[in-house]
Amino acid sequence: MVMFVSHVPTRRFGFIDLFVLLFVFALLFSILHLGSGMVAPLTTDEKIVVSTDPADLPYYAGRSVLRMFLAYGASLAFTLLYGSLAAKNKTAEKLLIPLLDILQSLPVLGFLSVTISMFMGMTPGNLFGVELASIFAIFTGQAWNMTFSYYHSLITLPQDLQEASTVLGFNWWQKFIRLEVPFATISLVWNSMMSFGGGWFFLAASEAITVLNRDIRLPGLGSFTAAAAEAGDMTALCWAIFAMVATIVLIDQLFWRPIVVWSQKFKMERTESQIAATSFVYDFLQRSMLAGWLGKTLIVPLLAAASCIMNGLAHWGERMQSRFGRQPRRFGAPNVLKGLLGLVAVAFVGQQSYAGLAVLTSLSAESWLEIVRLGALTFGRVMVATGLGILWAVPVGVWIGSNPRWSRFCQPLVQVAASFPANMIYPLVAILYLRFAVNFEIGAIPLMMLGTQWYILFNVIAGAMAIPNDLSEAATIFKLTGWQRWRKMILPAIFPHLVTSCITASGGAWNASIVSELVIWRENRLEATGLGAFISRVTEAGDWAGILAGILVMCLFVVFVNRFFWRRLYELAETQYHLN
Amino acid sequence: MQQVLIELHAVNKQWNLGENKIKPVLTEIDLKIAAGQFVAILGASGSGKSTLLRIFAGLTAVSSGKVTYLGNPYQGINPGVAMVFQSFALFPWLTVLENVMMGLEAKPLSKTEKKEKAIRVIDVVGLDGFESAYPKELSGGMQQRVGLGRALASEPDVLLMDEPFSALDVLTAENLRRDILELWREKKIPTQTIIMVTHGIEEAVYMADRILVVSGSPATVMTDMAISLPHWRDKNDPAFIEIVDKLYSLMTKREVADGQRKLPHEDRGVIPLPNVSAGALTGFLELLEDLNEKTDLYKLADRFMMDSEDFFPVIEAAAQLQLAKIVDGDIELTPEGARFAQATVLERKVLLQEQLFLAVPTLGQIIAVLNSKSNKRMNVEFFKETLARSLSAEQLEEYLDTLIDWGRYAELFAYDENSRQLFLE
Repeated sequence: MVMFVSHVPTRRFGFIDLFVLLFVFALLFSILHLGSGMVAPLTTDEKIVVSTDPADLPYYAGRSVLRMFLAYGASLAFTLLYGSLAAKNKTAEKLLIPLLDILQSLPVLGFLSVTISMFMGMTPGNLFGVELASIFAIFTGQAWNMTFSYYHSLITLPQDLQEASTVLGFNWWQKFIRLEVPFATISLVWNSMMSFGGGWFFLAASEAITVLNRDIRLPGLGSFTAAAAEAGDMTALCWAIFAMVATIVLIDQLFWRPIVVWSQKFKMERTESQIAATSFVYDFLQRSMLAGWLGKTLIVPLLAAASCIMNGLAHWGERMQSRFGRQPRRFGAPNVLKGLLGLVAVAFVGQQSYAGLAVLTSLSAESWLEIVRLGALTFGRVMVATGLGILWAVPVGVWIGSNPRWSRFCQPLVQVAASFPANMIYPLVAILYLRFAVNFEIGAIPLMMLGTQWYILFNVIAGAMAIPNDLSEAATIFKLTGWQRWRKMILPAIFPHLVTSCITASGGAWNASIVSELVIWRENRLEATGLGAFISRVTEAGDWAGILAGILVMCLFVVFVNRFFWRRLYELAETQYHLN
Repeated sequence: MQQVLIELHAVNKQWNLGENKIKPVLTEIDLKIAAGQFVAILGASGSGKSTLLRIFAGLTAVSSGKVTYLGNPYQGINPGVAMVFQSFALFPWLTVLENVMMGLEAKPLSKTEKKEKAIRVIDVVGLDGFESAYPKELSGGMQQRVGLGRALASEPDVLLMDEPFSALDVLTAENLRRDILELWREKKIPTQTIIMVTHGIEEAVYMADRILVVSGSPATVMTDMAISLPHWRDKNDPAFIEIVDKLYSLMTKREVADGQRKLPHEDRGVIPLPNVSAGALTGFLELLEDLNEKTDLYKLADRFMMDSEDFFPVIEAAAQLQLAKIVDGDIELTPEGARFAQATVLERKVLLQEQLFLAVPTLGQIIAVLNSKSNKRMNVEFFKETLARSLSAEQLEEYLDTLIDWGRYAELFAYDENSRQLFLE
């Protein structure tokens, strides 16, 4: 039932992907270029001092939560717009979906330096730009997956419902609000919840960062942790972790649970299901007089008014369209527009790629080789981290998943663990490493795993729970035991879940590499040789050529591994090991 | 004649399959639908009868020709229609009342007016007391009543129904048929005309005043028959049975003729195969053998409880493999067919091999290709490409699926799903 949904389109790599890759590169370069130009006027020297007093934690937690929700709001708006556009316009779809596919596999944290400098440049003299950059980082961690989910819902809308709404004379707004959004709600809510959980990691990473020799601190849980780690204050660190867990649990109970319960009514099944999700907050709100009164007198009329306005707009738009008819369109106003847009895009991509290449060529062949070598090292760590994750999470997950009592108890725990930003524990682990003098080249691997293994565990539990009872009974009758049972039944049955989770986990590990290959505890710097540490280092130093090359190489690694390894496995899982 | 509501003039419809491939579906349709008619559209599956209904609705635009409602051409949705769907197409997240109110969503009425109207309609279609229920709490018949209520709420001149009873069980369907007929005949609803697509011949004769048979490829209206039996009609009435029988023989003759007519002019002998599994064909022949005589097709369908959707392809397959023959609406086994039905499993494979080689030349070519290869293996894609010129992409998939199914059943070759290869054992 519960699953981290990762959408893996099974298209072939085509010309369009090449263009999209170039486009992303051009975009990256131009942002970087603009950002570096705009950094100059910024002269905020008053450094925000982040306290390590536990009494300040509620305020900091509030700031962090605010950032998370702003980012979530932006992601949701982006999702509805981008998803609708991609699903409804064939020309847009051809470009937007490959673009989304690549954006999805980019290691977001690598871009942090770039986006921070850009946003800081946009709002010189105060921290608002940094706030925006942090929100943007969280946004980039959430939006792609949600957009894919919404797009997928739209293209799988049942034909009969679409025809019904057309015959009923719905305009685009009525279709959107009465059909498309309700139909997408269930998967959108699940994806939102999971993406929101994943967002904490980006929050913690973006609140305290060193860009271009400047320490940037935003008041929040992440910066509190960083401050505690720099001061070596164990108590404050523990308080921060406690506050983080409490915040995650509270938001889950107060916000997501009620929404999940409410969203159950959008289930498409035609018969009633047995197990229903529950939420005490939802029940409470349902029973509460005040909530009911507020809803009736404030929320419902407000929504109705908004809907009425949109409805009027849609109606007016359709009248205009029918008045001016379709004739002028045939002479290709859209075609001319399309051509122009295409030209602009090509010109932009061409010019910016060229300029970007000029920066890249300033790097010597040796430094390129070095970056690729570092990339290979990090790649190795990512694979080992994923492999180790599989090694422990599969047996444990299968065990939990085949015990209904345990799985009901464990699933929410695993969910919290997956949401918890692992980078907040890094200082604690660093202490251990320092005490026992662990080689950090290897020590960085468990740090990566801290954040990503939960995805595997979670999905394996879901996969094991989904094994049909008759299948396991059949295995018992045919006396499959021990290894045979694993090989013939359990592994094939959980394989699709496993592959999906591995894609998510390795993507997460690439992201984590940027913060986990370089950890600071007081004056100690633990650094592993790898591309993640390299990117962190050049970001601190403000070496633009290095940043650009580092991110580029990492993106290429991720995209290639996804295309040629994970996607193959995914296709296999889809065709051969599908249980339905 | 009463006022003409919808008129189709010289209408053609073709699907654009891409790569400059065009598949004509409907050709030269001229139809006048007048007020006060109950029209049933009959045809085999894929004959274009649903497309025709969607042209009436304005859901599908015509490729050429003219469509008018009350004399005014319409582009996009026909303003005078509402539609009932085979799958009900209810919004599962809305209650019965809210679903029916959706029928008025596009109308400029206040919320209270919409609600009042919806409640009246709910009463009419017999859903009183279920206003606040969700569709999933209702049985199929009740759900279809909601679909009907939603369509009637907007008080359309023409009610379109797309196989409205085929997702319901026999008794529920019968009940709903009677209720709809009663609503319409006793003018309890302002709807003037009903157009219904169906594949149930008996259902059409029971309900409609006018039956259109759509067939051919591309399809056109082959038969336009008025049914003047008085309501309520008795299904055991000889006059009723005669009409049903006539329609059956009309439809099968055309079906089979369609299949055979293609033989000479299709290049390289590629005859589209009816999409029937070898298992279904075998079962059908066994049942036919049990009857042991020449049989009326209409009675046969009734006896096997099959609707024409499943029934015609099986008949066609049996005829194409020359295991059965059809004469004037009657079917009987050929000597080969009789031998096949009595044979053991192993003998059947040999018999089927012979018939297949006779009837499907492509199979012989496939075997020859496999034999010529040293490893006796070949990709399905290869055969696909060689056949691509003779069949459309859609037909090709179906054709190969059926061919592979029959070939495997007859043990002519084996098939590996993973590598998509055919091979000889």
